Amino acid sequence: MSRHLDIDVAIIGGGLVGSSAALALRGMGFSVALLDKGYCGAQASGVNYGGVRRQGRPPEQLPLSQRAHAVWPRLKALIGIDGEFLRSGHLKLARDEADMAALEAYRRSVAGLGLDLELIGHNGLRERFGWIGDNIVGASFCAGDGHANPRLVSTGFAAAARRAGVHVLENTAVQAIARNGPGFALEAGDDLRLSARQVINSAGAWAGAFAETFGEPVPLSRIYPSMVVTEPLDPVMTVNIGMEGGGIYARQVERGNCVVGGERGLPLDDPDFSRPRGEGALAIMNRTAELFPALRHAHAIRFWSGTEGAMPDRNPVIGPSLTTPGLIHAFGFTGAGFQIAPGVGEVLAELIRDGASTTPIEAFSIGRFSTSARTHPGSGAGQNAEPQHAGESRS
Amino acid sequence: MSGRAQPLIIGAGPAGIRAAEALVEAGLRPLVVDEAPACGGQIYRQRLVPDERSSVALYGSEAPKAERLHRDFAALAGKLDYWPQALLWNLRDGKADIAVGGASRQVAYDGLVLATGATDRVLPIPGWTLPGVFTLGGAQIALKAQGCAIGSRVVFVGSGPLLYLVAWQYMKAGVSVAAVLDTAPFSAKFNLLRGLALEPAVILRGMRMTAELRLKGVALRYGVRDVRIEGEERVGGIAWREDIREMHLACDGVGYGLALRPETQLADLAGCRFRFDARDRAWLPECDAAGRTSVPGVYLAGDGAGIAGADAAELAGERAGLALRQDRGLPHAPERAAAIERSLARIGRFRDVLELAFPFPAHWARDMADETLVCRCEEISAGEIRRAAAHFGTGEINRLKAVSRIGMGRCQGRICGSAAAELLAAETGRSVDAVGRLRSQAPIKPIPLTMALAQPQAEAAE
Repeated sequence: MSRHLDIDVAIIGGGLVGSSAALALRGMGFSVALLDKGYCGAQASGVNYGGVRRQGRPPEQLPLSQRAHAVWPRLKALIGIDGEFLRSGHLKLARDEADMAALEAYRRSVAGLGLDLELIGHNGLRERFGWIGDNIVGASFCAGDGHANPRLVSTGFAAAARRAGVHVLENTAVQAIARNGPGFALEAGDDLRLSARQVINSAGAWAGAFAETFGEPVPLSRIYPSMVVTEPLDPVMTVNIGMEGGGIYARQVERGNCVVGGERGLPLDDPDFSRPRGEGALAIMNRTAELFPALRHAHAIRFWSGTEGAMPDRNPVIGPSLTTPGLIHAFGFTGAGFQIAPGVGEVLAELIRDGASTTPIEAFSIGRFSTSARTHPGSGAGQNAEPQHAGESRS
Repeated sequence: MSGRAQPLIIGAGPAGIRAAEALVEAGLRPLVVDEAPACGGQIYRQRLVPDERSSVALYGSEAPKAERLHRDFAALAGKLDYWPQALLWNLRDGKADIAVGGASRQVAYDGLVLATGATDRVLPIPGWTLPGVFTLGGAQIALKAQGCAIGSRVVFVGSGPLLYLVAWQYMKAGVSVAAVLDTAPFSAKFNLLRGLALEPAVILRGMRMTAELRLKGVALRYGVRDVRIEGEERVGGIAWREDIREMHLACDGVGYGLALRPETQLADLAGCRFRFDARDRAWLPECDAAGRTSVPGVYLAGDGAGIAGADAAELAGERAGLALRQDRGLPHAPERAAAIERSLARIGRFRDVLELAFPFPAHWARDMADETLVCRCEEISAGEIRRAAAHFGTGEINRLKAVSRIGMGRCQGRICGSAAAELLAAETGRSVDAVGRLRSQAPIKPIPLTMALAQPQAEAAE
């Protein structure tokens, strides 16, 4: 008794990229099916750190990042909730003069791209951010960046897409996909068959298999960023914190909990699930207490980790397939997809409608892996990234 | 033990102690980890500071059992390692992270017996977070371990054998017990007559306690519903309905509980497969009659595997110890094991009877007022949960957690999880098992940020 759906666009993967694309496409009048093997927003998009950060991205990502930057303050109008988005500013810390030099070099490399970075010296930090430990020599501040609640934003986009008329199909894994005449034939879940004119592969850490089906293997690996959450505390952290070179990132949510990341978890027997390592979590907790003296007496109440797709050059794959007309890829955000995803969703919708995007995305073409590219699970690529964007967790 | 790591036992209550005894008997040297400062578990919990109370005053008719258990564990000293006031906060790949003495030690184990016990099961009711409201177990511990009463005029409300036991203990301790409010109708108690054949001593003890409560003038009310605890700053009284009558009593302490719920977080972290148990209306780790779980080398014993009481816990602890011995190729007393399994089966049938006599009022969740606070840690009301489920189209409990924060706080859903599942089931028109199981995460209880990672101990991993 198979069901059949005939639609314009099938989107594989209901993360923030897929669900924001679905919402945008529906707004353009397309019929859309959003397919997820589990629940929308339950994977990397929903359990990442929650940093909404442009600072630190390579220059080629900034046009896309700026586009997304304009979406974040409009969430309430777009999806009905603000997602606890807070334009707090993002402060990237320097542990020593070499770090400070790296921050200065970054500022020069993105000059004129709209970030308005402000370098702050030790004394400035003491005055403005006295809650940060005394051994930090300086920082780079991006006032327009902030943070949000990934659990709400990602799920919120999918819920808004459903309300807008998108066929949101959860627990419906795509079993098979093939070209069929001018479009695609998909089999999903137990008994669903879909015909779609175009397909978006936004399957995150699971996207490699779909790319490979169409002759485009990619060196997609998995990373498992892990987070520690404290009990609710009085307001301490006024900004989203990062560290040059990685190692720790932290923010305090309105409820008072501090969310801190910087270590990697490990996969479980079922590699789609992961958990923080006990010693990794302890290391982060100790680092937190050292960097933020006000948190010395706090308790950690919760950890999480998740599965995230990572590319060796730390840039995502975004753009049309080079082998298959009508197929568009968007995956591999390597721990930095949360902020950028709502912009990617708009770009994907433009690609579907117009065949081109007004935002430059050439740097993210899948063509850059066209020779000797393969999927390496768990190769540990992007190890030094500062993830904003973790993965599926068991929470 | 050549070259093999120690077996690890979590919990030093009736189940953990008997498991330890069984392992020591076969020449093994287990490490027993317990959160409490002294052995005995919740039921046979010892005083924090010695006082003039006798063992009978503390444990009533169960005093000989308590004394024997404490004595037997003391006799094992030197033959096992015992870490009191230690919290196993994470389990992974045959290693346990244990917070003890301000540091975290990672311990490799070979064989794990989880004797984690149970906590009170509650469904939120208006006023349940007021100062002066305790769970039945909490009220009992205040009396047993600290020699304190939860009020000077106390009402006990809820369901389960503990309801009458705690009321009786308070009365015996000289506290004014204003009433016992049972959520089940009196007719449900006739089921207990069927328990006479299975556990006559338990039934007769219960009847005696009830009679003594009556004799002392304690009001025993049955079939209470729409229970509201009243008060501004703290408990001032309790109101309820009985048939069509509105009832009210002034009091300054309320003990409340709807039987017990197993502590299963560690079984989850250990990777055990779970099944939905219709009798307990809860997801329980799967285990066989010997306590073997779906994970080789991981055993369950006592109320943590499903509520069965202290006598069953002692038996199940011993049985799990024998199973671990057998799985390690050691002598394992098969006749004794078979006898234990027969006893446990009888107690299991008795539990079925108890459940009929003290049914869980699941409909309380469905009927819960929107303004009732469900999640104490994160301060989330029933209405907020209902709205989150509707706005996000969520029908799965872990997704509900993600969008509502329910179960994300200090207790990790141990208090509010079952209520949230019942609410979500009612809201989406499905059975409570269909909304799924709240997955556990480390740390199972809060741990300090400054806790250091201790260097591996020679004794822990050979």
